[in-house]
Amino acid sequence: MTPRAKAVVDKSMPLLSAVGLFVVWELACRLFAVPEYLLPTPSASFLAAWTYRDAIWMHALQTLLTTLGGFALAVAFGVLLGALVGSSRAVYRAANPLLIGFNSVPKVAVVPILVMWFGIGTVPAVLTAFLISFFPIVVNVATGLATLEPELRDVLRSLGATRTDILLKVGFPRALPFFFASLKVAVTLAFVGSVMSETVASNLGVGYLMMSASSRFNMPLVFAGLLVIAAMGIAMYGAFSVIEHRSTRWAHRGGESL
Amino acid sequence: MTAAFVDLDRVTLRYGAGDTLALSETTMKIAKGEFIAVVGPSGCGKSSLLKLVSGLMRPSTGTVIVNGQEVTGPLKIVGMAFQNPTLLPWRTTLDNVMLPLEIVEPHRRRLRGARAEYEERARAMLASVGLAGFEGKFPWQLSGGMQQRASLCRALIHEPDLLMLDEPFGALDAFTREELWAILQDLWTRRPFTVILVTHDLREAAYLADTIYVMSKRPGRIVHVRRNELPRPRTLETTFTRDFTDLVHELRNHISAVRAAQDTIPEDAR
Ligand SMILES: Nc1ncnc2c1ncn2[C@@H]1O[C@H](COP(=O)(O)OP(=O)(O)OP(=O)(O)O)[C@@H](O)[C@H]1O
Ligand SMILES: [Mg+2]
Repeated sequence: MTPRAKAVVDKSMPLLSAVGLFVVWELACRLFAVPEYLLPTPSASFLAAWTYRDAIWMHALQTLLTTLGGFALAVAFGVLLGALVGSSRAVYRAANPLLIGFNSVPKVAVVPILVMWFGIGTVPAVLTAFLISFFPIVVNVATGLATLEPELRDVLRSLGATRTDILLKVGFPRALPFFFASLKVAVTLAFVGSVMSETVASNLGVGYLMMSASSRFNMPLVFAGLLVIAAMGIAMYGAFSVIEHRSTRWAHRGGESL
Repeated sequence: MTAAFVDLDRVTLRYGAGDTLALSETTMKIAKGEFIAVVGPSGCGKSSLLKLVSGLMRPSTGTVIVNGQEVTGPLKIVGMAFQNPTLLPWRTTLDNVMLPLEIVEPHRRRLRGARAEYEERARAMLASVGLAGFEGKFPWQLSGGMQQRASLCRALIHEPDLLMLDEPFGALDAFTREELWAILQDLWTRRPFTVILVTHDLREAAYLADTIYVMSKRPGRIVHVRRNELPRPRTLETTFTRDFTDLVHELRNHISAVRAAQDTIPEDAR
């Protein structure tokens, strides 16, 4: 194969795999005559998405904004806490067990509490998205800061650098690739959080849409909702990948990377 | 005798609460502008010695005096370079070299106003080690030897009075290493600063240093001090002279002696 053809195949791989999945799914449904109320075909799901496009558009927009709201909070809080945890041993020791404990709590269990505090609607969804997505950001920022080479630290300290100097000149730039890598993961987690909360406690958003569709046994619409969430997740992941690659080119050394 | 620039008086260093004694009763007097080398078996406390002198660590007992003052915290007049060049991969070579200027006063204050002037200084410095034209390259686009030169520039750009080198050429091939000896000697001749060089390479010590300290196995002690009067500037030719090889031979014997002497004594708390 010529390098050019190779590149074309390489580029179209993601599309091919998605189309492949849909084809297999469609064929399996038809071949085994799976009833629609169990598993609708992708074509039926896409058709439902088109039929209900206005409702889906509205709910998807709501979910997207909710997710991004929670995600923005997670970034702000995650960077702050990550910086504290990563640059101070004392804070690390104090915060680590709490963080791990907190992260182990299923966020589904937290939604009812949030509903008690803030009522049904957007606020618990934003907060759930926030709670579920800040952890990887904290961990990655802290790791990036804490894994500074001891020799580099010695070079800087022997120049009389303060802790703040070290953080600004080396710590943060060094943590940047870790930070961006965590954003990709965090944003997809944020979708999980917001949709989960919408499913339980909202009358807006894709989560709610799927819940109400399933109570009416409209399975194609439920799956349309799933596909929309997946698409938004992929789009956000892709966007942050691009930003990551642009802003931390040095970390990839111009070579091939995943 | 005039007051030494670096004066270690019976310095002992113990790591942690246990009895890992890294240095024991080490005494050294280094004059201002002197180039000294420390050689000794691996793990004898050479890197620890540098940390003590630069104030990154405090001795367990004894005193470290630099420039007339007891060292109690990190000194600010020090340049350092290690075996690993530790350049920042997101900065160009020029910006890496200029890093100390962003931290050390008074350059830090002046840098904003006199950026062009400082940049000129950094370029001149890079040119003097043969890196003209590589200012805009990133460290990972340079070879190991080039990175090490840039690291030397970074250690010297703020004109420190004291340069600490911890096996700076240890990872380089023999040819590059000899080239860098000449470069370092050049930099030092142009503006004499005090150098403490830690090395495993006896020829390197003989080529560069005015005084060579031989340390014993752990816990490290100075077991031999050797003045090196070979005429300067030393060149590659010097390394083939009788005096040079005799000196290397003599150092070699001392090292063999400390290694053998201690092998008969059981290692402490294995
Ligand atoms: N951070 C540390 N904690 C505990 N022990 C240490 C630490 N650093 C060094 N040591 C111990 O102190 C001794 C001296 O270490 P040092 O790094 O100074 O040796 P060195 O002479 O530089 O060795 P090398 O030639 O291999 O670099 C070693 O036995 C080592 O085990
Ligand atoms: Mg060492």
